[in-house]
Amino acid sequence: MSKRYWEDFKPGAVEIYDSRLVTREEIVAFAAEFDPQPMHLDEAAASTTLLGGLGASGWHMGCLLMRMIADSFILDSSSMGAPGIEELRWLKPLRPDTRVHLRATVLDTRASKSRPEMGLTRFRYEMIDEAGEVVVAMVVPTMFGRREKGVS
Amino acid sequence: MSFFEDIRVGDTYALGRHTFTAAEIKNFATRYDPQAFHVDETAAKNSHFGALCASGWHTAAVWMRSMVAYRRRASEAARGRGEAVGAIGPALGFRDLKWLKPVYVNDAIDYAAEVVEMRASKSRPTLGLMSVRATGTNQNGELVISFVSTTFVERRTKP
Repeated sequence: MSKRYWEDFKPGAVEIYDSRLVTREEIVAFAAEFDPQPMHLDEAAASTTLLGGLGASGWHMGCLLMRMIADSFILDSSSMGAPGIEELRWLKPLRPDTRVHLRATVLDTRASKSRPEMGLTRFRYEMIDEAGEVVVAMVVPTMFGRREKGVS
Repeated sequence: MSFFEDIRVGDTYALGRHTFTAAEIKNFATRYDPQAFHVDETAAKNSHFGALCASGWHTAAVWMRSMVAYRRRASEAARGRGEAVGAIGPALGFRDLKWLKPVYVNDAIDYAAEVVEMRASKSRPTLGLMSVRATGTNQNGELVISFVSTTFVERRTKP
Protein backbone atom coordinates (compact mmCIF):
# COMPACT_ATOMS: atom_id res chain seq x y z
CA MET A 1 0.00 0.00 0.00
CA SER A 2 1.31 3.46 -0.85
CA LYS A 3 1.94 6.20 1.67
CA ARG A 4 -1.30 7.45 3.16
CA TYR A 5 -2.37 11.03 3.64
CA TRP A 6 -5.33 12.63 5.43
CA GLU A 7 -7.45 12.42 2.25
CA ASP A 8 -7.14 8.61 2.20
CA PHE A 9 -9.16 7.96 5.37
CA LYS A 10 -12.90 7.64 4.77
CA PRO A 11 -15.48 7.59 7.61
CA GLY A 12 -16.78 4.06 8.26
CA ALA A 13 -13.76 2.33 6.72
CA VAL A 14 -12.73 -0.77 8.72
CA GLU A 15 -9.41 -2.50 8.27
CA ILE A 16 -8.05 -5.67 9.85
CA TYR A 17 -4.30 -6.01 10.08
CA ASP A 18 -1.79 -8.82 10.64
CA SER A 19 -1.67 -10.59 13.99
CA ARG A 20 1.20 -10.91 16.46
CA LEU A 21 1.94 -13.18 19.38
CA VAL A 22 2.31 -11.65 22.86
CA THR A 23 4.70 -13.78 24.90
CA ARG A 24 5.03 -14.23 28.66
CA GLU A 25 8.60 -12.95 28.39
CA GLU A 26 7.57 -9.58 26.96
CA ILE A 27 4.63 -9.22 29.40
CA VAL A 28 6.97 -9.69 32.38
CA ALA A 29 9.72 -7.49 30.86
CA PHE A 30 7.36 -4.54 30.32
CA ALA A 31 5.87 -4.93 33.79
CA ALA A 32 9.29 -5.10 35.44
CA GLU A 33 10.21 -1.82 33.78
CA PHE A 34 6.98 0.20 34.04
CA ASP A 35 4.31 -1.53 36.12
CA PRO A 36 5.91 -3.91 38.64
CA GLN A 37 2.76 -5.28 40.29
CA PRO A 38 2.40 -8.99 41.19
CA MET A 39 -0.46 -9.60 38.72
CA HIS A 40 1.87 -8.74 35.82
CA LEU A 41 5.00 -10.50 37.07
CA ASP A 42 4.30 -13.81 38.74
CA GLU A 43 1.66 -16.53 38.16
CA ALA A 44 1.28 -17.57 41.80
CA ALA A 45 0.92 -14.00 43.08
CA ALA A 46 -1.35 -13.11 40.14
CA SER A 47 -3.73 -15.98 40.89
CA THR A 48 -4.89 -14.32 44.12
CA THR A 49 -5.61 -10.94 42.46
CA LEU A 50 -8.72 -9.71 40.64
CA LEU A 51 -6.96 -10.45 37.35
CA GLY A 52 -7.18 -14.15 38.27
CA GLY A 53 -3.80 -15.02 36.78
CA LEU A 54 -0.85 -13.46 35.02
CA GLY A 55 -1.92 -10.74 32.60
CA ALA A 56 -0.21 -7.88 30.76
CA SER A 57 -0.06 -4.41 32.28
CA GLY A 58 -2.78 -2.24 30.80
CA TRP A 59 -0.08 0.20 29.73
CA HIS A 60 1.71 -2.63 27.96
CA MET A 61 -1.52 -3.41 26.11
CA GLY A 62 -1.72 0.24 25.08
CA CYS A 63 1.91 0.30 23.98
CA LEU A 64 1.47 -2.94 22.00
CA LEU A 65 -1.60 -1.47 20.32
CA MET A 66 0.47 1.62 19.45
CA ARG A 67 3.17 -0.58 17.91
CA MET A 68 0.61 -2.55 15.91
CA ILE A 69 -0.93 0.71 14.64
CA ALA A 70 2.53 2.05 13.73
CA ASP A 71 3.49 -1.10 11.83
CA SER A 72 0.09 -1.40 10.14
CA PHE A 73 -0.03 2.01 8.48
CA ILE A 74 1.13 4.99 10.55
CA LEU A 75 4.83 4.58 9.72
CA ASP A 76 3.96 4.76 6.03
CA SER A 77 1.73 7.80 6.33
CA SER A 78 1.89 11.56 6.79
CA SER A 79 1.05 11.16 10.51
CA MET A 80 1.96 14.14 12.67
CA GLY A 81 1.12 12.34 15.91
CA ALA A 82 -1.95 12.42 18.13
CA PRO A 83 -2.96 15.18 20.58
CA GLY A 84 -4.41 12.62 22.96
CA ILE A 85 -6.72 9.64 23.51
CA GLU A 86 -10.41 10.33 24.08
CA GLU A 87 -11.03 7.04 25.85
CA LEU A 88 -9.28 3.73 26.44
CA ARG A 89 -10.96 0.70 28.00
CA TRP A 90 -9.32 -2.50 29.21
CA LEU A 91 -12.03 -5.07 28.53
CA LYS A 92 -10.33 -8.42 29.06
CA PRO A 93 -7.01 -9.60 30.54
CA LEU A 94 -4.26 -10.20 27.97
CA ARG A 95 -2.73 -13.57 28.91
CA PRO A 96 0.71 -14.89 27.93
CA ASP A 97 1.05 -16.45 24.47
CA THR A 98 -2.10 -14.88 23.06
CA ARG A 99 -2.21 -14.04 19.37
CA VAL A 100 -3.87 -10.67 18.77
CA HIS A 101 -4.69 -8.51 15.77
CA LEU A 102 -5.66 -4.91 15.16
CA ARG A 103 -9.00 -3.62 13.89
CA ALA A 104 -8.99 0.05 12.90
CA THR A 105 -12.25 1.90 12.20
CA VAL A 106 -12.35 5.46 10.85
CA LEU A 107 -14.97 7.31 12.91
CA ASP A 108 -14.79 10.71 11.27
CA THR A 109 -12.40 13.07 9.60
CA ARG A 110 -12.13 16.83 9.27
CA ALA A 111 -9.80 19.43 7.83
CA SER A 112 -7.97 21.73 10.22
CA LYS A 113 -9.34 25.27 10.06
CA SER A 114 -6.17 26.89 11.38
CA ARG A 115 -3.62 24.70 9.57
CA PRO A 116 -4.43 24.10 5.89
CA GLU A 117 -1.54 21.62 5.56
CA MET A 118 -3.18 19.07 7.90
CA GLY A 119 -6.38 17.30 8.85
CA LEU A 120 -7.64 15.26 11.79
CA THR A 121 -8.97 11.71 11.62
CA ARG A 122 -10.57 9.94 14.59
CA PHE A 123 -10.07 6.18 14.83
CA ARG A 124 -11.44 3.43 17.01
CA TYR A 125 -8.65 0.93 17.51
CA GLU A 126 -9.33 -2.52 18.92
CA MET A 127 -6.95 -5.31 19.88
CA ILE A 128 -8.74 -8.61 19.25
CA ASP A 129 -7.75 -12.05 20.54
CA GLU A 130 -8.07 -15.52 19.00
CA ALA A 131 -11.60 -15.86 20.40
CA GLY A 132 -12.59 -12.74 18.45
CA GLU A 133 -13.02 -10.76 21.66
CA VAL A 134 -11.80 -7.20 22.15
CA VAL A 135 -9.16 -7.02 24.91
CA VAL A 136 -8.48 -3.27 24.71
CA ALA A 137 -10.18 -0.50 22.73
CA MET A 138 -9.47 3.19 22.34
CA VAL A 139 -10.60 6.26 20.42
CA VAL A 140 -7.72 8.37 19.10
CA PRO A 141 -7.75 11.54 17.00
CA THR A 142 -4.66 11.65 14.78
CA MET A 143 -3.18 14.55 12.78
CA PHE A 144 -2.16 13.81 9.20
CA GLY A 145 -0.51 15.95 6.58
CA ARG A 146 -2.67 16.55 3.51
CA ARG A 147 -1.70 15.41 0.04
CA GLU A 148 -2.96 18.71 -1.27
CA LYS A 149 -2.97 21.75 0.91
CA GLY A 150 -6.51 22.87 1.67
CA VAL A 151 -7.93 26.35 1.29
CA SER A 152 -8.06 27.99 4.70
CA MET B 1 -3.07 4.63 49.65
CA SER B 2 -5.34 2.63 51.76
CA PHE B 3 -8.94 1.47 51.60
CA PHE B 4 -11.84 2.98 49.66
CA GLU B 5 -13.28 4.52 52.84
CA ASP B 6 -10.01 6.33 53.62
CA ILE B 7 -9.69 8.12 50.28
CA ARG B 8 -11.34 11.52 49.69
CA VAL B 9 -12.03 13.51 46.55
CA GLY B 10 -9.33 16.18 46.46
CA ASP B 11 -6.59 13.99 47.94
CA THR B 12 -3.38 14.60 45.98
CA TYR B 13 -0.26 12.52 45.58
CA ALA B 14 3.12 13.90 44.46
CA LEU B 15 4.64 10.90 42.69
CA GLY B 16 8.14 12.16 42.01
CA ARG B 17 10.20 13.50 39.11
CA HIS B 18 11.69 11.79 36.09
CA THR B 19 14.19 13.24 33.60
CA PHE B 20 13.94 11.82 30.07
CA THR B 21 17.28 11.06 28.37
CA ALA B 22 17.77 10.75 24.61
CA ALA B 23 18.85 7.11 25.04
CA GLU B 24 15.70 6.05 26.89
CA ILE B 25 13.40 8.05 24.59
CA LYS B 26 14.85 6.21 21.57
CA ASN B 27 14.96 2.85 23.35
CA PHE B 28 11.27 3.04 24.29
CA ALA B 29 10.17 4.34 20.90
CA THR B 30 12.13 1.67 19.03
CA ARG B 31 10.09 -0.93 20.86
CA TYR B 32 6.61 0.62 20.95
CA ASP B 33 6.29 3.77 18.84
CA PRO B 34 9.00 3.96 16.16
CA GLN B 35 7.78 7.14 14.46
CA ALA B 36 10.75 9.11 13.11
CA PHE B 37 10.38 12.05 15.53
CA HIS B 38 10.77 9.63 18.50
CA VAL B 39 13.78 7.64 17.24
CA ASP B 40 15.94 9.89 15.04
CA GLU B 41 17.32 13.33 16.00
CA THR B 42 17.73 14.52 12.41
CA ALA B 43 14.25 13.45 11.32
CA ALA B 44 12.83 14.99 14.51
CA LYS B 45 14.59 18.28 13.79
CA ASN B 46 12.90 18.42 10.40
CA SER B 47 9.47 17.48 11.81
CA HIS B 48 6.85 19.82 13.28
CA PHE B 49 8.23 18.92 16.75
CA GLY B 50 11.61 20.52 15.94
CA ALA B 51 13.64 18.11 18.10
CA LEU B 52 13.62 14.54 19.42
CA CYS B 53 10.71 14.02 21.82
CA ALA B 54 9.34 11.13 23.84
CA SER B 55 6.46 8.96 22.66
CA GLY B 56 3.33 9.97 24.54
CA TRP B 57 3.02 6.34 25.63
CA HIS B 58 6.45 6.65 27.23
CA THR B 59 5.37 9.75 29.18
CA ALA B 60 2.27 7.83 30.32
CA ALA B 61 4.14 4.61 31.22
CA VAL B 62 6.52 6.56 33.47
CA TRP B 63 3.47 8.02 35.27
CA MET B 64 2.37 4.43 35.99
CA ARG B 65 5.84 3.46 37.21
CA SER B 66 5.87 6.52 39.49
CA MET B 67 2.43 5.62 40.82
CA VAL B 68 3.40 2.00 41.54
CA ALA B 69 6.56 3.14 43.36
CA TYR B 70 4.55 5.68 45.38
CA ARG B 71 1.98 3.06 46.39
CA ARG B 72 4.73 0.64 47.39
CA ARG B 73 6.34 3.25 49.67
CA ALA B 74 2.97 4.16 51.18
CA SER B 75 2.06 0.49 51.74
CA GLU B 76 5.38 -0.29 53.40
CA ALA B 77 4.97 2.70 55.71
CA ALA B 78 1.43 1.61 56.62
CA ARG B 79 2.54 -1.96 57.33
CA GLY B 80 5.35 -0.51 59.47
CA ARG B 81 2.66 1.17 61.58
CA GLY B 82 0.83 -2.13 61.86
CA GLU B 83 -1.99 -1.04 59.54
CA ALA B 84 -3.78 -3.17 56.98
CA VAL B 85 -3.27 -2.20 53.33
CA GLY B 86 -6.14 -2.23 50.81
CA ALA B 87 -5.67 -3.75 47.38
CA ILE B 88 -5.78 -1.44 44.35
CA GLY B 89 -6.49 -2.45 40.76
CA PRO B 90 -7.03 -3.50 38.13
CA ALA B 91 -7.93 -0.32 36.28
CA LEU B 92 -10.93 -0.16 33.94
CA GLY B 93 -9.45 2.39 31.59
CA PHE B 94 -8.86 6.09 31.20
CA ARG B 95 -10.37 9.06 29.38
CA ASP B 96 -9.49 12.57 28.24
CA LEU B 97 -5.81 11.81 27.81
CA LYS B 98 -4.10 14.90 26.44
CA TRP B 99 -0.49 15.27 25.39
CA LEU B 100 -0.31 19.03 25.84
CA LYS B 101 3.37 19.68 25.15
CA PRO B 102 6.13 17.50 23.71
CA VAL B 103 8.58 15.98 26.22
CA TYR B 104 12.02 16.80 24.85
CA VAL B 105 15.44 15.38 25.80
CA ASN B 106 16.41 16.28 29.39
CA ASP B 107 12.94 17.55 30.28
CA ALA B 108 12.23 16.83 33.97
CA ILE B 109 8.63 15.81 34.55
CA ASP B 110 6.91 16.00 37.95
CA TYR B 111 4.16 13.41 38.14
CA ALA B 112 1.06 13.71 40.32
CA ALA B 113 -2.43 12.31 40.86
CA GLU B 114 -5.53 13.93 42.33
CA VAL B 115 -8.63 11.99 43.36
CA VAL B 116 -11.58 13.36 41.37
CA GLU B 117 -14.33 10.80 42.04
CA MET B 118 -15.13 7.96 44.48
CA ARG B 119 -18.14 5.74 43.84
CA ALA B 120 -19.53 2.32 44.66
CA SER B 121 -19.11 -0.57 42.23
CA LYS B 122 -22.48 -2.07 41.26
CA SER B 123 -20.94 -5.29 40.01
CA ARG B 124 -18.48 -5.83 42.87
CA PRO B 125 -19.83 -4.84 46.30
CA THR B 126 -16.51 -5.54 48.08
CA LEU B 127 -14.83 -2.88 45.93
CA GLY B 128 -15.20 0.78 45.12
CA LEU B 129 -14.14 2.78 42.09
CA MET B 130 -11.61 5.58 42.34
CA SER B 131 -10.96 8.06 39.54
CA VAL B 132 -7.80 10.12 39.61
CA ARG B 133 -6.63 12.92 37.37
CA ALA B 134 -3.07 12.01 36.43
CA THR B 135 -0.68 14.77 35.42
CA GLY B 136 2.91 15.40 34.37
CA THR B 137 4.38 18.91 34.54
CA ASN B 138 7.72 19.97 33.05
CA GLN B 139 10.49 22.08 34.58
CA ASN B 140 8.85 25.24 33.18
CA GLY B 141 5.60 24.52 35.01
CA GLU B 142 3.84 23.47 31.80
CA LEU B 143 1.44 20.54 31.84
CA VAL B 144 2.69 17.91 29.35
CA ILE B 145 0.21 15.08 30.01
CA SER B 146 -3.17 14.78 31.70
CA PHE B 147 -5.73 11.97 31.88
CA VAL B 148 -8.44 10.56 34.15
CA SER B 149 -7.91 6.94 35.18
CA THR B 150 -10.49 4.72 36.93
CA THR B 151 -9.42 1.84 39.18
CA PHE B 152 -10.98 -0.66 41.58
CA VAL B 153 -10.13 -0.10 45.27
CA GLU B 154 -10.80 -2.57 48.09
CA ARG B 155 -13.39 -1.60 50.73
CA ARG B 156 -12.54 -1.84 54.41
CA THR B 157 -16.08 -2.85 55.31
CA LYS B 158 -17.46 -5.71 53.25
CA PRO B 159 -21.24 -5.97 52.92
